[in-house]
Amino acid sequence: MTAQTEETVAPDLLYSEAEDDLRAAVRSLLADRSDAPTVIARIESDTPYDPQLWRALGADIGTAGLLVPEKLGGQGAGHREAAVVLEELGRSVTPAPYLTSAVVATETLLALGSEDGPVAELLAELAAGRKVAVLAVPFSAAPEGSSAAEAVTGSLDGTVTAVADAAAADVLLVPTTDGLYAVETDAPGVTVEPLVALDRTRPLATVTLAAATGTCLAGTEAARSALRRGLLAGAGLLASEQLGLAEWCLTETVRYTRERHQFNRPIGSFQALKHRMAQLWLEVVSARAAARNAADALATGSPDTPLAVAVAQAYCSKVAVHAAEECIQLHGGIGMTWEHPAHLYLKRAKADAIAYGTAGSHREAIAELMELPAP
Amino acid sequence: MTAIDAPELRRRTRELLAAHPPATTGRTDFLRARFDAGLAWVHYPAGLGGLDAPRSLQPVVDAELAAAGAPDNDPRRIGIGLGMAAPTILGFGTDEQKRRFLRPLWVGEEVWCQLFSEPGAGSDLAALGTRAVREEADGDWIVDGQKVWTSSAHVARWAILIARTDPDLPKHRGISYFICDMTDPGVEVRPLRQITGEAEFNEVFLTGVRIPDSRRLGPVGAGWKVAQTTLMNERVSIGGSRIPREGGMIGPVARTWRERPELRTHDLHQRLLTLWVEAEVARLAGERLRQQLVAGQPGPEGSGMKLAFARLNQEISGLEVELLGEEGLLYSDWTMRRPDLVDFTGRDAGYRYLRSKGNSIEGGTSEVLLNIVAERVLGLPAEPRNDKDVAWKDLSR
Repeated sequence: MTAQTEETVAPDLLYSEAEDDLRAAVRSLLADRSDAPTVIARIESDTPYDPQLWRALGADIGTAGLLVPEKLGGQGAGHREAAVVLEELGRSVTPAPYLTSAVVATETLLALGSEDGPVAELLAELAAGRKVAVLAVPFSAAPEGSSAAEAVTGSLDGTVTAVADAAAADVLLVPTTDGLYAVETDAPGVTVEPLVALDRTRPLATVTLAAATGTCLAGTEAARSALRRGLLAGAGLLASEQLGLAEWCLTETVRYTRERHQFNRPIGSFQALKHRMAQLWLEVVSARAAARNAADALATGSPDTPLAVAVAQAYCSKVAVHAAEECIQLHGGIGMTWEHPAHLYLKRAKADAIAYGTAGSHREAIAELMELPAP
Repeated sequence: MTAIDAPELRRRTRELLAAHPPATTGRTDFLRARFDAGLAWVHYPAGLGGLDAPRSLQPVVDAELAAAGAPDNDPRRIGIGLGMAAPTILGFGTDEQKRRFLRPLWVGEEVWCQLFSEPGAGSDLAALGTRAVREEADGDWIVDGQKVWTSSAHVARWAILIARTDPDLPKHRGISYFICDMTDPGVEVRPLRQITGEAEFNEVFLTGVRIPDSRRLGPVGAGWKVAQTTLMNERVSIGGSRIPREGGMIGPVARTWRERPELRTHDLHQRLLTLWVEAEVARLAGERLRQQLVAGQPGPEGSGMKLAFARLNQEISGLEVELLGEEGLLYSDWTMRRPDLVDFTGRDAGYRYLRSKGNSIEGGTSEVLLNIVAERVLGLPAEPRNDKDVAWKDLSR
């Protein structure tokens, strides 16, 4: 790729009517079943995930199979629609294994290109929302230069730390030194040990395999490129989660500062605060363009996809964290409490900034793609 | 009447090209013919250079004409006329004013400037003090005052002017809007030398300038409302077109980075990549805004784009000066020049760095635009004001 590459077809950065309808359905479900007090109660319980909510979201509305073609049992939609679901999940910081299972694991399996056999069977289970699968790689693994495949050897021995949503998974997709394996979490030799995570709305666990058994899905080379594709989709659509999160933070902050009076005025009438919120709005508007661009590139299989994803991640991570930090500061003391949900958004935003590659690692990818090398 | 769609516009454009082949037609003659064919700005009314067609179809005409090598009307040079005076005249002018002014404006035979800002009324534009007093005998207006930051005043034939016609009313209500003849002997244009060394802007002194009432635009006292149209169009005109990747200020910096490895440092690399990402995202946000406009869903994002580009231009041009190292210590030319057109990106890195400082001031300061976003987009309350119901003459200055 050269610097002057012109996209042959301009990316569609708007939302379609079908996408708006999907958003309305997801938003309404999450408003009913995943409001802030519910989320706080959930993360303090032993089961942060609500299996009934997951069934309603994944199976009944059909979001789990958006990326999966109809002939493999899915909805045959695409990344643009999945991105809309993630915007809503980000807006509500719902604990649900959507990004890890319905996007990253699903995309990895799809990249193997099997239309029958164990891959197709597992895809059908995932698409129907009957099973949850996660990649057994650290949540921080970046699409480029990931050494995730080195942690587990071909005999299915090894330890992987900080695996997101492993506690909710029925199946682990384990990249090993000689290929990709599907390992049931209740198989002998498999231990999933929950970790105390910064972001409790997306629990992490250490996965230990000790002479475990699993089904080999692909050899080394195919596994490596499928893993890369899965992580690329994860990073690209994570931007939409970050967008939804940032939007919630801005909306709530505007609402609060309009209502909260100090010095005999709404605090939102002070220019020092207004400018900060206007700046955030500009960042959210920009993040929307970047996130839509990444989703559209993934959906259309554009050759620009790695760049679009890296740009979206390098930008949206920062916006989400900034929005959450401003949300807490502009809420004043209430923003520091456990009772107010702002902390959930800060914790999710900060964890998301590390997920699927930091902004810095995505900028390195851009340096490579755009021929802007380091000294 | 045939509905005007893309094929119809293409047909009419080819008809124009056949009747006035660019190779053998003079530039001005061709542009006049194009105006008369309704292909100047297709969304304008028939008879005024347009065909009442959707604005989104203009690119159809432009593409046909560009392919045929037809002359264009140099929109940069006549930007103020096209972007601000024209929509205001269209919106508020009399039929006679529209007929008199729009054609030479569009063709570029008459350059326009804008007499709005004053030394004492910048961001608080409505505080302006230039007076227009009506003569009882003939109804003409006599204008006295000083304007500033007037680009193109030294080449302009006409100006759009706002002046105070009733100092006893609160400041927003006693203003009227005029078309001022820049060749009037009471108009004195002095170059205003700027940070770059050039005099791209001017000061304009108005002394006993006589303006006939037929060149008033809109009702007496409605000047602020008319000016809102002008100002909205000023901001909309920024960031409306499709920009290629690295099409803005980041382009020359990225090229220098690729071509001159000896200049690279780790610190500059981090900053370059961060700004590269922000420039790409701003480009995408502009593209999304454009798609919204085409889809008939204009969003409020327009007011944000100017903010984004101002900050980016300043940061990127600042980085460029540092990247150039020893060369960054130099400047091309401090001679005072009076350019005909505003040049944001031409010349060298030092010029770009200095000129970009104006980007967050001209056309509404970033602080004012942030207020507009906060109040009109986010719905945050206005700050309490104490100047709204006080007569202009009683305000402290």
